[in-house]
Amino acid sequence: MTSNTATMNGAIAGPSLWSRMMSGQAGPVTVVLMALFVIWYGGAVLMNAPTQIDKYNRADQTWTKMQLIEDTLAQERPILPAPHQVAQEMYKTIFATKITSKRSLVYHTWVTLSSTLLGFVFGTALGILLAIGIVHVVTLEKSLMPWVISSQTIPILAIAPMVVVVLGAIGLKGLVPKAIISTYLCFFPVTISMVKGLRSPQVIQLDLMRTYNASKWQTFWSLRLPSAMPYLFASLKVAIAISLVGAIVGELPTGAQAGLGARLLAGSYYGQTIQIWSALLTAAFVAAIMVVLVGWCERRVLVRMGARS
Amino acid sequence: MKQVTGTHSVKLDKFCLVAATAALLSLIFPLTGIDAETGKQIAFVGDIPGLAIAMALCVIVGAAFTWLGVGKIQYAAIILAVAVFGCWQAVTALYDHGLAGHATSGFWLFILSLWAFVWRGIDVVARYRSLETAKQQSANILVPIAFGIWLLFVWEVIVAGFGVPQVLLPAPSAIGVRFINSTDTLAADFYQTFIKAVISGYVIGCGSAFIVAIAVDRVPFLKRGLLPLGNMVSALPIIGVAPIMVMWFGFDWQSKAAVIVIMTFFPMLVNTVTGLNAAGKLEKDLMATYASGYWSTLLRLRLPAAMPFIFNALKINSTLALIGAIVAEFFGTPIVGMGFRISTEVGRMNVDMVWAEIALAALAGTAFYGAVAFAERKATSWHPSFRVRRH
Repeated sequence: MTSNTATMNGAIAGPSLWSRMMSGQAGPVTVVLMALFVIWYGGAVLMNAPTQIDKYNRADQTWTKMQLIEDTLAQERPILPAPHQVAQEMYKTIFATKITSKRSLVYHTWVTLSSTLLGFVFGTALGILLAIGIVHVVTLEKSLMPWVISSQTIPILAIAPMVVVVLGAIGLKGLVPKAIISTYLCFFPVTISMVKGLRSPQVIQLDLMRTYNASKWQTFWSLRLPSAMPYLFASLKVAIAISLVGAIVGELPTGAQAGLGARLLAGSYYGQTIQIWSALLTAAFVAAIMVVLVGWCERRVLVRMGARS
Repeated sequence: MKQVTGTHSVKLDKFCLVAATAALLSLIFPLTGIDAETGKQIAFVGDIPGLAIAMALCVIVGAAFTWLGVGKIQYAAIILAVAVFGCWQAVTALYDHGLAGHATSGFWLFILSLWAFVWRGIDVVARYRSLETAKQQSANILVPIAFGIWLLFVWEVIVAGFGVPQVLLPAPSAIGVRFINSTDTLAADFYQTFIKAVISGYVIGCGSAFIVAIAVDRVPFLKRGLLPLGNMVSALPIIGVAPIMVMWFGFDWQSKAAVIVIMTFFPMLVNTVTGLNAAGKLEKDLMATYASGYWSTLLRLRLPAAMPFIFNALKINSTLALIGAIVAEFFGTPIVGMGFRISTEVGRMNVDMVWAEIALAALAGTAFYGAVAFAERKATSWHPSFRVRRH
């Protein structure tokens, strides 16, 4: 946000526009992004050139350098698709296809997004409940906390497919198994930060609550919870991102039916690199949008909770 | 909950009361369901002397401590010892006396009684305070271990008692047996996935990010441009590049290492760059008065100050690396590797093998994390977070 204002101020100030733009964040980020695009195009030409030259040789065709570059950026199954190819594919599958169609990326995104959000809600609820328990019960803190932490050294993402298959075997299909994986991934950051947040009130504030003869519940509701909010939202941003990862990986074993993960898998089976890249970029956009949305909620809630802005 | 101390307290110990009552009821209620063929109960308490003794012991000890209170650590030890004996008898009854799959209310009441004992015992140990570091530390370690063993026991008893199908969830004992019987396969998978892919990917990813971070740190422009992007990248589902890497680098471990390099690069980059800015102005001024140059300041002040951040990234990456390797194996692999084994054995419904593989992954992940944490302790022992907390 500060970067935007920096560029706007630069436009008003006129003469020092360039230096102002480059001293904020927006300028450097744009330059780095442009550099990435250039590298991407260069990489696409370099990586696709061998197959293209091979093709020319087989067709006994003579070729110029310009023609080679042009053709490497327009292959049907390139090793590395060019940005504009991915953009075209994304436009085609997002805007030009009916959203009920199985070829529409919107449809697949929705399949993934629904289980992401369900898992996110479950995970957040579980995480908050665990944190409340850990903060209020000493035994839980001592016995449960180490296991909460070590539960995350287990590569749960790796067993996601098994969870899906096994739950499918007993008749649980579709949304729920994927949501369970997302839940497992989500709860951890929420628990850790909420424990920190619920403990963040200072002794002097807790003492004040005691002088008011406030009950445990009142202290929790009007002191601990509001002061935990900044911690909660910091963790929610992490949680929503890994929730999406969980949902995508959970789709891998379902035999490529629906969802962004299924698109990835289908793309890798049939060598449809453009399809893989467009699914990947869509997932990235969805993740970014969700993080931004959580950030928006954060500002609203913090203002309501009496944060000094 | 008020702590009950001394024998003169009138206050009854609630958990011990629950334990005694539940154990008493478990002697009365039926232990098992009715056999379909004979129309009789499969087993009575009287048939299983060990279980009967354990139940009676629970009643007596529970009643005694309801009155006495569990104020002393020695009492907690007695309670936990009784609970361990009870757990042992319960498992024996399940497997040796045909209770498995037929357990009913009597048995579950006994488990409830054991739960009350374990909870009360752990509770007392968790509140234990000693000025002797060794005693305090062993108490601190005992609590989570006892809790973990209890969770394993509950898992075992629920799976066996309700006769949960093996496909859905195998008992821990079955997983353990499978683990021991297939160490050769597991060792081969471990070598392929962990030693080859994870270690090389982790070293290359973290190492290159570290070098790039030091280079970026010298150029403020790049720093401002890369940091926001690096932060954003950590929110993206990078694991999705796995199919692309498998296409580029083939089925063997190189493609997995490539996925790990990409996954571990950005956390390390962002953390190192942040850490390099962590040194305070005062310290930097001091180095300036010593006329120390860039490299000397970097080595003596800024890198040591960045260590907590760097180790934070190394710890995050240790779990990411294992995940990356296993997930990348779902997209194509030679016929060995942890991810390969998981996906094929799931297809054949050999769920106990899958769980053995998960146990291996958990062990490897925890050991890896533990090793990094240990190195952190050695390297940054000066950091405030390692100071011993005195209560």
